[in-house]
Amino acid sequence: MAILVTPESRILVQGITGDFGGRHAKLSLDYGTKVVAGVTPGKGGQFFEHGPHRVPIFNSVAAASRETGATVSAIFVPPPFAADAILECADAGLDLAVAITEGIPVRDMVRVKRAIAEKTMRLIGPNCPGVVTPGTGEKSFGGCRIGIAPGYIHKKGRVGVVSRSGTLTYEAVYQLTVLGIGQSTCVGIGGDPVNGTSHLDVIRMFNDDPETVGIVMIGEIGGNAEVEAARWIKANCKKPVAGFIAGATAPAGRRMGHAGAIVGGAEDTAAAKIAVFAECGIEVAVTPSDMAAALIRAAKARGVALS
Amino acid sequence: MNIHEYQAKALLEKFGVPVPKGAAAKTPEEFINALTELPEGPTMVKSQIHAGGRGKGTFTDGYKGGVKFCKTKAEAKEVASRMLGNTLVTVQTGPAGRKVQTVYFTVASDIKKEYYLAILLDRVASRPVIVASTEGGVEIEKVAHETPEKIFKVVVDPAYGLADFQVRELVTRLGFSGAEAKNASKLIRSLYSMYWETDAAMVEVNPLISTPTGEVLALDAKVSFDDNSLFRHPEIVALRDLNEEDPKEVEASKHSLNYIALDGNIACLVNGAGLAMSTMDIIKHFGGSPANFLDVGGGATRSQVVAAFKIILGDANVKGIFVNIFGGIMDCNVIATGIVEAVREVGLKLPLVVRLEGNNVDAGKATLASSGLTIVSGDSMADAAQKIVKLVGKAA
Repeated sequence: MAILVTPESRILVQGITGDFGGRHAKLSLDYGTKVVAGVTPGKGGQFFEHGPHRVPIFNSVAAASRETGATVSAIFVPPPFAADAILECADAGLDLAVAITEGIPVRDMVRVKRAIAEKTMRLIGPNCPGVVTPGTGEKSFGGCRIGIAPGYIHKKGRVGVVSRSGTLTYEAVYQLTVLGIGQSTCVGIGGDPVNGTSHLDVIRMFNDDPETVGIVMIGEIGGNAEVEAARWIKANCKKPVAGFIAGATAPAGRRMGHAGAIVGGAEDTAAAKIAVFAECGIEVAVTPSDMAAALIRAAKARGVALS
Repeated sequence: MNIHEYQAKALLEKFGVPVPKGAAAKTPEEFINALTELPEGPTMVKSQIHAGGRGKGTFTDGYKGGVKFCKTKAEAKEVASRMLGNTLVTVQTGPAGRKVQTVYFTVASDIKKEYYLAILLDRVASRPVIVASTEGGVEIEKVAHETPEKIFKVVVDPAYGLADFQVRELVTRLGFSGAEAKNASKLIRSLYSMYWETDAAMVEVNPLISTPTGEVLALDAKVSFDDNSLFRHPEIVALRDLNEEDPKEVEASKHSLNYIALDGNIACLVNGAGLAMSTMDIIKHFGGSPANFLDVGGGATRSQVVAAFKIILGDANVKGIFVNIFGGIMDCNVIATGIVEAVREVGLKLPLVVRLEGNNVDAGKATLASSGLTIVSGDSMADAAQKIVKLVGKAA
């Protein structure tokens, strides 16, 4: 089943006529993802062409969704307009918006999060690599790729991956794939302090997904989202979980690339989070090279077959 | 982005938050003009650097105290001349300290009682939170640890803004009444407007004071802003003081590189913030010490890689370089070619370990191997980290 999206999900891309959005819309089409519409205000009626694909462009999300049946949006619009793009998705009644945009003002996200709290739409991101549900084809083609992750490193399977960081997600996925372990869905929740979906939200979905048998959770310094998820796992999750926290060597008070990655107090250091992971029965990856191996250890301890 | 106290006070005043009368000076000649703006009498002299703990700091020439009380303006002028151009070391500056390039004179207020007031993002609620305490003028971390019951929090709903009942609650819990309560209410509302309208990341007033005449004033102010919002605040960007930033970090930001200097000797060049952080961690794990955090971003171009190498080599402590690239979308061979060109252009003499993984990695590795340069190739992050730690250990 996978979570959030399946290979059948119909995707629209906001910002499809921009460099960034266009490039990744093409890669998603190549991967076999059903990119059915683009949205760029003022360019409605035009087409986004790529090889055999001719994707219609609309002026609004509502029109794109109505005309093409798209239920998911990939948002690539620049930071000053991104908050509005998210609100437009919620208003159009989409199921899911995945905001790739990096650099959205915190105040905009505070308002957006408040505004969409009453809507049924889920937001992933912003400042995230997106979501991939691998397909059954060669190099996992035929899957659903929303965002900027390299599709070909995936392999269809039964491990769920959730992370705040893009490249660390790829690192984990690659390690799993090389070892012959496939993934159900890989979710990048983003590196910003205010995001739509937390580690815990995704862990709950993986826990409820019959196809997912093991979970890799990748976190970093700052905030307490990983701690919240770890405590819930201890009380509720029956599946093996491996965890990694980046930023053990980060100096306090400095923003480490991600706006959310800043040590504010004793509770959000890497050491504090790793201690909570261990205490909650999560197998800790001691280095980033150890993420897949840590999950294998956790699975073995519980007698779970990952592939 | 951080600003100085004197800049923060000016912003506060603009939004209607009362502060003690003050004036800043950047040269000894400006002392006289600045002091003319203040009345005769007790005066505070405050070193302006972007670091806390100034009052308890020591200058590198042995002079004690980056914030001083003076009985007269004449004395304030003397004290200021000791501070200006001198280097102040505080608990937050590190041993190198910071050169004081601006001093700020303020009227020394009569203090009846000190309080604490701050506004920042509550990450759990994803909403602004106002934090207040009856214990001001001391470190809030200490209060939180020893007497947490003396700290109050009010979370603001962004759909409605700061509500009157919330202001009343804060004022009451801080123990204000009468004219003081009225003044404190106005100050809290003004401070919240400033936080919200300027896209501040944090506004901290410590101490907030009451005076014997019923005034409520922000005696000190520390303000930082959300970097993501600076595009819509040119008036805030104008307050940026490059003297307070590491020149290598300033140079890096010009090339859209995310660089933070650390005190180790193994430089890192990585794509992606999470991977960059964990590259530092893995160096430490194998007994080395990272010299920096450096994220070249997802689409590292050749010119960015060259700029990154130059910035790294500007750090005299660096004894070796670890390049860690996961080429997801990017072709590893393009990245490898960029590395080879960069190494040639900067004439690199230090040990270099490169770990490449991802798209077209075999061609990338072949490019590195056939370059004729002494580039050590690492298979995994762990393998590469061990190699660079060993090479740097040998060189030292």
